[in-house]
Amino acid sequence: MTSKPLTLAEKVWRDHLVVKGENGAPDLLYIDLHLIHEVTSPQAFDGLRLAGRPVRRPDLTIATEDHNTPTIDIDKPIADATSRTQIEALRHNAKEFGIRIHSLGDIDQGIVHVVGPQLGLTMPGITVVCGDSHTSTHGAFGALAMGIGTSEVEHVLATQTLPLKAFKTMAINVEGTLRPGVTSKDIILAVIAKIGTGGGQGYVLEYRGSAIRALSMEARMTICNMSIEAGARAGMVAPDETTFEYLFGRAHAPEGADWESAVEYWKTLPTDDGAVFDKEVFLDANTLDPFVTWGTNPGQGVSLNDSVPELASISDPNERAAAERALEYMDLVPGTKMKDIRVDTVFLGSCTNSRIEDLRSAAAIIKGKKKADGLRMMVVPGSARVRLQAEAEGLDKVFLDFGAEWRFAGCSMCLGMNPDQLAPGERAASTSNRNFEGRQGKGARTHLVSPLVAAATAIRGTLSAPGDLEENNG
Amino acid sequence: MDKFTTFTGVAVPLKRSNVDTDQIIPAVYLKRITKTGFEDALFASWRNDPEFVLNQEVYKHGEVLIAGPDFGTGSSREHAVWALRDYGFKAVLSAKFADIFRGNAGKQGLVTGEISEEDTEKLWAAIEANPGVSITIDLVDKTATLGDIKVSFAIDEYTRWRLLEGLDDIGLTLRDEASITAFEAKRPAWMPKTLPVRTVGER
Repeated sequence: MTSKPLTLAEKVWRDHLVVKGENGAPDLLYIDLHLIHEVTSPQAFDGLRLAGRPVRRPDLTIATEDHNTPTIDIDKPIADATSRTQIEALRHNAKEFGIRIHSLGDIDQGIVHVVGPQLGLTMPGITVVCGDSHTSTHGAFGALAMGIGTSEVEHVLATQTLPLKAFKTMAINVEGTLRPGVTSKDIILAVIAKIGTGGGQGYVLEYRGSAIRALSMEARMTICNMSIEAGARAGMVAPDETTFEYLFGRAHAPEGADWESAVEYWKTLPTDDGAVFDKEVFLDANTLDPFVTWGTNPGQGVSLNDSVPELASISDPNERAAAERALEYMDLVPGTKMKDIRVDTVFLGSCTNSRIEDLRSAAAIIKGKKKADGLRMMVVPGSARVRLQAEAEGLDKVFLDFGAEWRFAGCSMCLGMNPDQLAPGERAASTSNRNFEGRQGKGARTHLVSPLVAAATAIRGTLSAPGDLEENNG
Repeated sequence: MDKFTTFTGVAVPLKRSNVDTDQIIPAVYLKRITKTGFEDALFASWRNDPEFVLNQEVYKHGEVLIAGPDFGTGSSREHAVWALRDYGFKAVLSAKFADIFRGNAGKQGLVTGEISEEDTEKLWAAIEANPGVSITIDLVDKTATLGDIKVSFAIDEYTRWRLLEGLDDIGLTLRDEASITAFEAKRPAWMPKTLPVRTVGER
């Protein structure tokens, strides 16, 4: 029997089709895993209560507290009354509807996109949704994972399905070998700079090629995480031995004969030879530099070896106007070398880069050194378990000796919602995902970087790559 | 949800591209657990600037926003749609919308019409020549009319039908409950389950 060759995304779609949409109606897709947090769910639960509807599958749903939580004094009541009310609403809703919750202080609490994979709940070929745009993270396992709005959260709670319009597919081919000091964060920042913040709109991205295959699961999660920053609803990497190795033995991973059946199915998922993508993009890993943003959207990025762009070099009038505005907000002058930009704060954390490998790689660079004078560095593990693991490896001491703050798990300074915020005008090198105006606090200025660049920057005080440190010693 | 057919209201030119949802509503306003009352949060940071378009008397009661391309990028927060809706906006026109924002808008009765960049410029010029002018959004024939300018907009046909009929998504899906149950019966046993709780094993 021969059938039409399919892409990874098309196979996952096919295997979750509950009702095929007719006459322009969207397809109805089954949702295997629904992740919940405090910010985008209270209004959804209210909707259920108003309609007298139960949660259809509490056993496919899990909640954690992350966005609106403090990262110090977590044993004390949350000081801000509005934040406390929101957290209490989640706890109350979880109890009322029978949903598993990992609250502040619980060993499995953490950023929702760190917790799911860590528990082995995120698996290849499943559909994952969460009321958070960075749900695309889970695509690293070959899952179709999408951020949704609160109305859709309510819809999934009530029906365990979602009406979805078919996506187009885009292959992001990254061939070659990354040079030392260059990471998956630099790949994705370069991809976004190349295709733009709207370039992925309407597409599911599939990251392919030898450079992607060589990445660890955590590095793949960093890439898929920022798919949304290119406008894509989801980003995926085909499952392989690296994926299976990561999953094996995790709390909720299949066991015994179930594991064998699962792996057998997962091996059928990668894109078929001859399958056609609607669009293909190519990136050379061999020549890639560490990447950093200069503006106020994640597409406004350059090589760390470059300078703030001249406005005249931007041909599109809308982009030029946006760049002009961005430079004013960022207080930057065209032609300034990126490496001459001094920062006040370095933030190592967020669902993009707060996993154990991220902490290890940054710690390896700063070990035995002192942070730059006057600079503040905040290290926020992605989950309580990442924090414990780091402490078991002595990484907390490395960060503390360096002069950094060692915090409890949460979204922290990524989104200017909880107490961790930058002051107006303050400039940060952040391993997070968004450099929007005010994202890390009102009037705050953000440069997106990899954990390696974050570490080197914390030592020198100016945007730096690990390679710059060697030159100094040289 | 109320049915939407045609609507006439004050047109507001938002001459910026890449308006992300953090600009539409900053994160500090996401702590609330209600679904209404977000009007004060709309463009909160920009509204500190007296020059900002919504601070100008003629646009204060704006109901149709005409924005630059890539509107609603970034965070999935539906609060962005609630803030626009609570302020009084019934429709947004832009050359390009972010997917999640557009989906959220459709669920809340906020019309998102896609127009060309050329038509965006044309409407901006016409509004600025006559500030406070009204625009008519006709969802039946998918047009926006401002004085003698009439432009067509694109909107996903299914969303348009739902808006015209004022239909609730969950109610529509539950008509297919038998199919959902049948699908569930065929799911492999090894698919992830959050319950019962299992602790992280040693590897």
